[in-house]
Amino acid sequence: MDTLLPIQDRGGPAQPLLLATGLRKHFPVAGGLLGRTTKVVRAVDDLTLSVAKGETLGVVGESGCGKSTVARLLIRLITPDKGTMVLDGDPVDEPHGITVNELRRQVQMVFQDSYASLNPRLTIAETLAFAPRAHGLPAAEARERVRDLLSKVGLDPANYATRYPHELSGGQRQRVNIARALALRPRLIILDEAVSALDKSVEAQVLNMLVDLKTELDLTYVFISHDLNVVQYLSDRVLVMYLGKIVEIGPVEAIYGNPQHPYTRALLSARPSMDPRKRTKEAPIQGDPPNPIDPPSGCRFRTRCPFAEDVCARLEPPLADAGAQAVACHMRVAGSGHSKAVAA
Amino acid sequence: MTDKTNLLEVRDLHVTFVTPDRTVHAVNGVSFDLARGETLGILGESGSGKSVTLRSILRLHPEHRTRWSGSIRLQGDEVLEMGPKALSDLRGQRVSMIFQEPATAFDPVFTIGQQIAETVRRHTGKSETEAMKRAKDLLEMVRIPSPATRLKAYPHEMSGGMRQRAMIALALSCNPTLLLADEPTTALDATVQIQVLLLIRELQREFNLGVIFVTHDIGVAVEVSDRIGVMYAGKLVEMAPVERMVDAPQHPYSRGLLASTVHDGMRGQRLDSIPGAPPDLAEVPTGCSFAPRCKFVRPDCTAAVPSLRDVEAAHAVRCVLAA
Repeated sequence: MDTLLPIQDRGGPAQPLLLATGLRKHFPVAGGLLGRTTKVVRAVDDLTLSVAKGETLGVVGESGCGKSTVARLLIRLITPDKGTMVLDGDPVDEPHGITVNELRRQVQMVFQDSYASLNPRLTIAETLAFAPRAHGLPAAEARERVRDLLSKVGLDPANYATRYPHELSGGQRQRVNIARALALRPRLIILDEAVSALDKSVEAQVLNMLVDLKTELDLTYVFISHDLNVVQYLSDRVLVMYLGKIVEIGPVEAIYGNPQHPYTRALLSARPSMDPRKRTKEAPIQGDPPNPIDPPSGCRFRTRCPFAEDVCARLEPPLADAGAQAVACHMRVAGSGHSKAVAA
Repeated sequence: MTDKTNLLEVRDLHVTFVTPDRTVHAVNGVSFDLARGETLGILGESGSGKSVTLRSILRLHPEHRTRWSGSIRLQGDEVLEMGPKALSDLRGQRVSMIFQEPATAFDPVFTIGQQIAETVRRHTGKSETEAMKRAKDLLEMVRIPSPATRLKAYPHEMSGGMRQRAMIALALSCNPTLLLADEPTTALDATVQIQVLLLIRELQREFNLGVIFVTHDIGVAVEVSDRIGVMYAGKLVEMAPVERMVDAPQHPYSRGLLASTVHDGMRGQRLDSIPGAPPDLAEVPTGCSFAPRCKFVRPDCTAAVPSLRDVEAAHAVRCVLAA
């Protein structure tokens, strides 16, 4: 019987905790005559990423860029059309690898809407004990686990265990969701806009708690957010997405200090300045992100890019090393045909 | 350009929502002035009463469940005593509002052009052709590309940023003097948000509008406001010119809010968060509402509600500690 002990590390610190290769997810759009599939939303296209043990990987991008689809793919809430995943050396959902259920014990998720993610008819204790009980933990041990989890997220067990979700504030509910994500002693937690719905004063409390829990429980985070400041605060590495593709990935200092892709630059300079004497004079780019149905050919950012040239429409730029980070832009590829391309 | 006479004067506004189950004291004594051509940012967290205050200016709350007291004067006219006709003119012409979610603010079964033209005809008596011409000019003004085609578009055919621009066009269609903005950029992407903020700032200058901009985002408030008022539990706790508010906030809540907002250069530091959560608004507060979360709390904080006092010109603070 599974007694839910902490999972032992297998491959050592050099082996990525999670390695996803060539992930692709296209969603068919029903339409036209007899509801036949006429179009596809190319939510995530040939995405390769690795998450190192003990790091926080931040994922940023605007709505429709596919960041939430990535989260759902990593925990297999949706099945990829193509691509493989390896968790600490074990292929996922393959004959000689681990099952999706085993993946979900080791990888857990926290969602944005703290209320919709909790069952309104279960008390907090019942919610937190649900997964450990399903994994065969005896009732007495599960009760002990619930008390322990609630204290870990800063909620007094005596006061909160018997309450229902509607009796808690948004911040308290999100603490419960984090406790539930910890219930099976996972190694990786995917936080999909987990603090976005919280008020600033409460957001700061939860961010402090996430930092503490990571050290205490030796966790790895994938932190998805549209808030660039929060991602900068929390992440070791940052991945920038645009219309289902990685445009830039690298250490947080490089992405924020020396962004290379025109989109990353625009995203960073679109942040409000926080200084009334240095107000933004001009928007860095015009227009809205295009629809991920039928994205532009070649480089998907070219329709909004101030440096777009012919080559950008013809060829898709590869994700190539550029200093500390990797960038998908023809201007960073020697001999790409772009007039501003770097020298070989 | 700010001129001296006040466009709007709000005095000791109280708004209470009463239902058979419960009573919510949403706004508990808010007073402020707004000059023509001035942008006031109202900053607060959910439940602070910022949106309720804003909607009170148009009396958008359900009449039979809302109790008001105090005064809201627009160019001398008392809004809380207006009859249906005056109220209709107020809402259609003198004061306009833009909302967070333009997708739900537009009617999905009429085109953008029809909706703007209808408003123009109703409030200015123009003919249908003239009104449609005005609608096209308005779309051009908010820099919607190919406005003539966009007039015939339905709301769902436009992107979020375009819809918000169209809503601004609708709001400005009858030349209002006061524009109320309720988190108009919160639902937009970062690169689109800044475009809309710049547009609002530009139109505000061009038409010398008074603007009240409600937001929970300090960065956004700093980007658009001349003055910022911070609300907590239905009260203004601090009001100051934007530079003052950023450089030297006085109220412990304003200071906490600025300190707990993550920005550049805070990596690795522990965030200075405010403990606890905002109070339940079922009771009328008898002392400072922030006292239970305040690290500088003293006995006189809970003895009586502190008054909003000037600490210097144009900078008022509701705290017993403010010098």
